[in-house]
Amino acid sequence: MTLAPPPSSRVQLTDDGKLRHFLSVEHLSRSLLEDMLDTAASFVDVGGRAIKKVPLLRGKTVVNLFFESSTRTRSTFELAAKRLSADVLNLDISKSATSKGETLLDTLRNLEAMAADMFVVRHQDSGAPFFIANEVTPGVAVINAGDGRHAHPTQAMLDMYTIRHYKGGFDGLRVAIVGDVLHSRVARSQIHALNILGAEEVRLIGPRTLLPVAAESLGVTVFNDMAQGLRDVDVVIMLRLQKERMDSAFLPSEAEFFRLYGLNNEKLRHAKPDAIVMHPGPINRGVEIASEVADGPRSVILNQVTFGIAVRMAVMSMAISGQESSQNPEQGEDHGR
Amino acid sequence: MAAKAHLLIRKGRVIDPASGRDEVADLLVEDGRLVRIGASLDAPGAEIVEAEGLWVIPGLVDACVHLSLPDSGRAGDVTSETRAAAAGGITHLAAQPDCGPVDSTAVVRLIREQAGQAGFARVLPVAALTQHLDGVQLAEMATLARAGCIAVGQAGAPVADALVLKRGLEYAATFDLPVMFRPQDAALAAGGCAHDGPVATRLGLPGIPAVAESVELARDLLLVEATGVRAHFQQISSRESLPLLRAAKARGLPVTADVSIHHLLLDESALEGFDSHCHVIPPLRGAADREALLAAVADGTIDAVCSQHQPSGSFSKTAPFPATRPGISGLDTLLPLVLKLVEDGALPLHRALEAVTAAPARCLGIQAGHLEPGRPASLCVLAAGESRTLSSHWLSAGRNSPWLHSRLPGAVKLTVCQGKVSWLSD
Repeated sequence: MTLAPPPSSRVQLTDDGKLRHFLSVEHLSRSLLEDMLDTAASFVDVGGRAIKKVPLLRGKTVVNLFFESSTRTRSTFELAAKRLSADVLNLDISKSATSKGETLLDTLRNLEAMAADMFVVRHQDSGAPFFIANEVTPGVAVINAGDGRHAHPTQAMLDMYTIRHYKGGFDGLRVAIVGDVLHSRVARSQIHALNILGAEEVRLIGPRTLLPVAAESLGVTVFNDMAQGLRDVDVVIMLRLQKERMDSAFLPSEAEFFRLYGLNNEKLRHAKPDAIVMHPGPINRGVEIASEVADGPRSVILNQVTFGIAVRMAVMSMAISGQESSQNPEQGEDHGR
Repeated sequence: MAAKAHLLIRKGRVIDPASGRDEVADLLVEDGRLVRIGASLDAPGAEIVEAEGLWVIPGLVDACVHLSLPDSGRAGDVTSETRAAAAGGITHLAAQPDCGPVDSTAVVRLIREQAGQAGFARVLPVAALTQHLDGVQLAEMATLARAGCIAVGQAGAPVADALVLKRGLEYAATFDLPVMFRPQDAALAAGGCAHDGPVATRLGLPGIPAVAESVELARDLLLVEATGVRAHFQQISSRESLPLLRAAKARGLPVTADVSIHHLLLDESALEGFDSHCHVIPPLRGAADREALLAAVADGTIDAVCSQHQPSGSFSKTAPFPATRPGISGLDTLLPLVLKLVEDGALPLHRALEAVTAAPARCLGIQAGHLEPGRPASLCVLAAGESRTLSSHWLSAGRNSPWLHSRLPGAVKLTVCQGKVSWLSD
């Protein structure tokens, strides 16, 4: 007897294991994540061409459904969709619908009437993309562009792409994630991705106020001290520290946080000499990272952005093709003949 | 509804946890009173109920129901929900003060009138401790008690500070009114929607730590000791609270406690996949908490098990988990889930039944929950071994339950509430 698949993978995979929504990295297989990275690699070159488009999503409509504003993330999704030749509709819901008392379900039903093929969703509530994926018309793909503190799977996958690009793979790698893990959807997705892809060790470094309860249960080692936590790591991922953390007693001051956990060249010495430094952006100079590191030779922060478009192209094309194969199962049979 | 019935219930297995009775016997109800329990009773002219193979137990007493008044935003109304109670074998229920709120005699009268007209169950209103449950200005507790309230409480709404609470308790103690506490420190719980444990950590759900409950419980117990008020603690959810309750009881404080039935069956793992039907406050906690709560019910540290009935319309659950309205519709499932706990070997039969009959009656300070000759008859006849899929028998207007489509034991055949037949299955 096999165990029932966990709810998250049941929703996001087709019966034959293809991606049809991308909601969370958790419970996905190593081969699927590697497939995603390989597909992204084939798209990296597209950005360098004179004509930066491939026709994989021609005739498809992608709706960027952002309940939380984020110009950067939305722009990369928009660019990725356009490079796949899709039509893109950007909707900033945060101000319009919800203030008029319209429920998320009402909003969704209205947009479905526009015959969208894919929703790229950012929402302040953890689990919102799961809710949408469960309610949406069959055949429409849902991509999570960040939900509450839960997940930001495309960001995590572009980080994995970056790591693989610079380190060649994940075997034996030690990765430290530093700062406000408690509020970070990026960190949660990164932890799952690193563990699935076979990293040797994932470390979290931060004060106890910024680490989630039972953090070890995520499959990480926890450190409160930077020198110890950074020792011999191959990759340092710095997280953004929101200014409002100072108001709610998570921290006394930015200055003390920077002194203890801000990454400067001196602290970076504890990592391996060839360690790379990453950050999901936007960075707070002098809060979680010193300019000497952010602009220094070990920083790959800007490359992350470039790879981000290719990874999102990969995710979008995989989800659309997964949806098509589950909508037209006879095609799969033809293929097998 | 039938008038005060003359009923002869024959050859059922009569289980009365309060007296320890568990035997096959006949049971005679005359003029609404339970007259006799014994072998081969004879009652010419009485309506005969053949109960061979069935159980006859006291009517259930539910110490925590959130009523559906028009302003409550909950599904259904007093009639629909008390009917669901009757069909679930419940004869007495304590209505929490958060609809209305219950801070004026007009609201008390409205509740009693609606419940009286419906006639399905005895509804015992709990009065607000403070006006509008604002936690600042004391409500007219003595007046509300005279109007029929059995206790006072805040239904989870916070009290401004320890001074207001201390004076509220002193005032309640003046009139020997029991106070119902739902311990949860508002600041520690702020913004949370799930137990602050490994599941919430993974799902990225803002947590409510167990200490939010135990911190406030510890403070409340000290104030109970200082004021001498009778206290009932509702919806205990974490194992850290149990030593505090045990110590208070060992010191002889007038303290009782209950737990919601769903905390005895589910833990935080039920939230996987963001199932909003498992969004409850206090949150479902860890597996070790669930085990400890069951042990505390078994050893009597926790006196009663209640439904914490919170019926809501489907729209309130169709949203991302943190945005959904917390609560489970519990009247339809209280008895079946208690029987399931017995079936699973999690609780002994007599204790499990006591926890939904005599024990909650004692917590509320009311005469109910037992089969005592001479008293108004409130009882339930059920086929304990008959399991049913609940969705096809569901009566509450709120279908917000993780068990809506489950198959559970216990089919209620007949409920008698204070001498009147309040439910008869076809």
